[in-house]
Amino acid sequence: MPLHIEVITPERRVYEDDVDMVIAPGSEGYLGILPHHAPLLTALGPGEFRVKKGGSEEVLAVFGGFMDVREGRVTVLTEAAEHVEEIDVRRAQEARDRARAALEAAAPMSAEDIQRAQAALQRALVRIRVSERRHRRRGE
Amino acid sequence: MATEREIRRRVRSVRNIQQVTKAQQTISASKMRRAQSSVLASRPYEEKLRSVLNDLAPYADPETSPLLARREVRHSLIVLITSDRGFVGAMNANMVRTALRHADTLPETAWVAVGRKGIAQLRRLRRPTVAEFSGLGDRPSTADTGPISRLVTEEFLSGGIDEVYLAFTRFENTLRQVPTVLRILPLVPEDEDIDALPPLQYLFEPDAATVLGAVLPRLIEVTVYQAILDSIASEHSARLIAMRNATDAAADLIEDLTLAANKARQWRITKEMLEIASGAEALAKG
Repeated sequence: MPLHIEVITPERRVYEDDVDMVIAPGSEGYLGILPHHAPLLTALGPGEFRVKKGGSEEVLAVFGGFMDVREGRVTVLTEAAEHVEEIDVRRAQEARDRARAALEAAAPMSAEDIQRAQAALQRALVRIRVSERRHRRRGE
Repeated sequence: MATEREIRRRVRSVRNIQQVTKAQQTISASKMRRAQSSVLASRPYEEKLRSVLNDLAPYADPETSPLLARREVRHSLIVLITSDRGFVGAMNANMVRTALRHADTLPETAWVAVGRKGIAQLRRLRRPTVAEFSGLGDRPSTADTGPISRLVTEEFLSGGIDEVYLAFTRFENTLRQVPTVLRILPLVPEDEDIDALPPLQYLFEPDAATVLGAVLPRLIEVTVYQAILDSIASEHSARLIAMRNATDAAADLIEDLTLAANKARQWRITKEMLEIASGAEALAKG
């Protein structure tokens, strides 16, 4: 029995397919979902969302949200999700450096600014990690 | 009767207006396509989130999730969503009328206005607003609409407001936009007899209260976002139709005026000939 998976953001449907297994970045750590998994609702952290189908694996970067698992269906509702091909590594690296610089700068920041910079840093780090994983695999 | 030259001048001015409405129509058509596709693209998210809420209802405890708390209704809040700009036919007028009619059924209503047209209308009617938002643009993101959902959530949680409604123009298709009033707070599962369904044995990670605490505010946020996307798609659709009607009306008017101008010209020629003929006759008689 395949696992039907949908990844949806407020702007669009990012991914939909019948797959064998997903590995999701739960708020408490990564967790794998196979068919016949018990109903589960979990918050997602920013991280890699891996989808296994046949021998191949696809990786998405997801940024927060929820995952609803029931009766062979996995629904991921997330603020933002990107295919690995959509990630611009250089832009992510620049964003990472910018966010780090902002956080380290001596200039006083409002709590909101700090939060925004930290969120930007985290997003950049996830993007970099996801795309590095793909390139490593290619190199093998 | 207007002279031929006056009529011709009017034809020229109507033709200029027609060019403007035609250009506006083309602009609306492209904005409408974009707005329609973004409203349709974002619907699955809201629908899924709502179905998650329905599944969660058996676990929901108003004690731990105050967004679910039903209270006796003394003070209501209506978020009135209209467009910033006019030339949309009766869309904004219909929206305001529907919202006011709904307000009449409530004991006491506070208002939040989104969009300049609604802001102006409420001012004219001397209905004070809690807050006013405008200039969201044609492609707002959830970050742009966040302040609106946060405001209504805070008003509800503070206890000053017992229920919150969204008044927005739901986009059905290019020809049909429906003024809609929807209650968004307190959050109530759509299926009222949901208790009859056997609850799924859900696992929550990290725990039910944390997950609900994250899902519920998100649902409010997305519902507000969706309502605003609906209103934008409706606005551009309504404007496209209004501009098309104006262009057609201008074409009819040009036709009528051209006919009148031709008649005036014929009348002038006939009159000149009559003058010549009667002049000649007078000479012959004399």
